[in-house]
Amino acid sequence: MMWEILYIFLGVGIFFNLLGSLGLLRFPDVYTRLHAGTKCTTFGSISICLAVIGYGLWKWYEGDKQMITMAIHSFIALVAILLTNPTGAHAIARAAHRSGVKPAKAVVDDLEEEKND
Amino acid sequence: MIAFIASAVFCFVLWLLLTFNGRMWGTDEIIAGIVMAAIAGFAARKIFVKDFKLANPKRWIFFLAYLPRFFFEMAKANFDVAYRVLTGRIRPGIVKISPGLKTDLAITVLANSITLTPGTLSVDVDEERNLYVHWINVKDEVLEKMPRECRPICSTFPDWARRIGE
Repeated sequence: MMWEILYIFLGVGIFFNLLGSLGLLRFPDVYTRLHAGTKCTTFGSISICLAVIGYGLWKWYEGDKQMITMAIHSFIALVAILLTNPTGAHAIARAAHRSGVKPAKAVVDDLEEEKND
Repeated sequence: MIAFIASAVFCFVLWLLLTFNGRMWGTDEIIAGIVMAAIAGFAARKIFVKDFKLANPKRWIFFLAYLPRFFFEMAKANFDVAYRVLTGRIRPGIVKISPGLKTDLAITVLANSITLTPGTLSVDVDEERNLYVHWINVKDEVLEKMPRECRPICSTFPDWARRIGE
């Protein structure tokens, strides 16, 4: 039973990371690619981290005391991903707009109008 | 001084978590941890502690109450983006929203939440704390009025950011 739950988490994580990579190839410009890069990979990586935490806690509960290390380290990695991923995406998007990359197929661009005023 | 102690204690707790291996810590590990935490806390005291807003437990309770809703929105966001990756149906644009938040902490919480939730990515912020949001599927009713409505873009996140950050 425990194995099946862990496999589901791993499967979901791999599926969303795959979608994130697909999005990087399919989307037209840097902003839409960042959408794929931040959302899909965050969710996928969180899911994989949860699987590892689950495995670590399970083995720890069954008596292998060393396994708690893996669970704690994965949890810290999870928090770090949640904090740094949106911040990094924000920095890339801002830098792209400042260096003059226009959003492809855009129907509205308030930031560009603001600069021209 | 308080900033230094708070950062050092934070670093020390992180050290204890990272070196825990199922048994109690040895004395040598704890001494090394205290020395390292003092050095790191001294180096980082001005980055970690800007003001003492986060010492208020009310903010942490609101933050914990916000997490389940945030994760629900995030899961929804992923299915939305997955749908757009697979079909290629996008209508992108950059819109300006004025959430009317007063502090840097609140606008940080809001910008990060926006980036991790459905189809939106924060691009820039100006001096009046207006956010410029790249939206992957712009709706027509938002384009009609110039002070854009927050609700279709970021639902109730500004209220939560206000509770946590102000």
